Amino acid sequence: MLDKTGIAKRIAKEVKDGYYVNLGIGIPTLVANFVRSDINVEFQSENGVLGMGPFPFEGDEDADIINAGKQTITTLPGASFFDSALSFAMIRGKHVDLTILGAMEVAENGDIANWKIPGKMVKGMGGAMDLVASAENIIVAMMHTNKAGESKLLKRCTLPLTGVGCVKKIVTNLAVLEVVPEGFKLLERAPGVSVETIQKATEGKLLVADDIPEMNL
Amino acid sequence: MILKRVNNAQEALTGVKDGMTFMLGGFGLCGIPENAIAELVRLGIKNITCISNNAGVDDFGLGLLLQKHQIKKMISSYVGENDEFERQMLSGELDVELTPQGTLAEKCKAAQAGFPAIYTPAGYGTEVAEGKETREFNGKMYVLEYAYQAEFAFVKAWKGDEAGNLIFKGTARNFNPCMCGAAKITVAEVEELVPAGQLDPNEIHIPGIFVQRIFQGTHYEKRIEQRTVRPRN
Repeated sequence: MLDKTGIAKRIAKEVKDGYYVNLGIGIPTLVANFVRSDINVEFQSENGVLGMGPFPFEGDEDADIINAGKQTITTLPGASFFDSALSFAMIRGKHVDLTILGAMEVAENGDIANWKIPGKMVKGMGGAMDLVASAENIIVAMMHTNKAGESKLLKRCTLPLTGVGCVKKIVTNLAVLEVVPEGFKLLERAPGVSVETIQKATEGKLLVADDIPEMNL
Repeated sequence: MILKRVNNAQEALTGVKDGMTFMLGGFGLCGIPENAIAELVRLGIKNITCISNNAGVDDFGLGLLLQKHQIKKMISSYVGENDEFERQMLSGELDVELTPQGTLAEKCKAAQAGFPAIYTPAGYGTEVAEGKETREFNGKMYVLEYAYQAEFAFVKAWKGDEAGNLIFKGTARNFNPCMCGAAKITVAEVEELVPAGQLDPNEIHIPGIFVQRIFQGTHYEKRIEQRTVRPRN
């Protein structure tokens, strides 16, 4: 079974040379730490920066240079700043190659819920609805089950939706799955995790071929 | 050259009244019009509607207007990080309209560009699209979203000149350019106001035609919400 860092490491392998990538808050943010150093990738943050670098050295932080998580950041050579409309033009216009974001629930039809729990304080969707409505290549990074042990991979989402039919791939602490018309297709198992364990933790329809390889991290 | 310069925030905010709708630039606390917000607090006007991506924190940004119960309605994409906001929202004192971030930017841009509405894929099939017109283009569904209508837009830029031309810095740009010219009156505050002719026309982000009043801001705090750093060695 993977921890959050392990999930980020596995997703980092999906990041290819020449990709522009938008990373959500939480596990997705960690992905940047594990991308191969021999490929060229630019990270976009929807508040208006492309070519994000690491956090600044202490004393170098600039209140005018932050990411969408409102953290102080730096930029790398080739970086650019732009306004919010142009930022979402990159996203909506499918110029960003890969979007990695967290979720509370994903359904076997590709629906995703990640912004609102009825009865709890609603903080808002931020850019999540724009991201999921447009990106062609969305990877969801999340734990396979919630804190109560209930599956987050469902037949149908129970929480208010963020987007419909948009998720293509999911990487959890237990598995890598692809959303296909028939359900969740199991692609890889986390190290030491059996198909049976994944099956038990998946409420939606799980499609299992004869031989499911372990993830190569 | 048409001069847009006014002396201070007090002059720049002449005409703001109870019940008006304002656009305010900024993402979190980055690039917010600190001087305009302070003047709105001083004026004490009430029942205002604010179109702003976020609602500040308890003791800074739009949180200052919330403290004084001046805001009737917030139109935002994300409103965490603010306990007083949460209290007023849950008690029903404050009306909140949550809008996807890219849609919020584009509803401002539509107003700026003279479009009555736009179609966006964001929010289709979710509660955000409930009651709204939808339409299919090339096999994909879109939601009709109307341009905002506001009396004033308050924006913050890095540099500006007396003709109202603006240059922004870093990610403090965010929603500010999208709101220029998107309200009846756009008020720009800048960290550095220079005479016309001193900014290179090639480097202007927003031409002065979109700005009615510009003033030199003072006492910028530029508070950082999440100070994240790495060690030097």
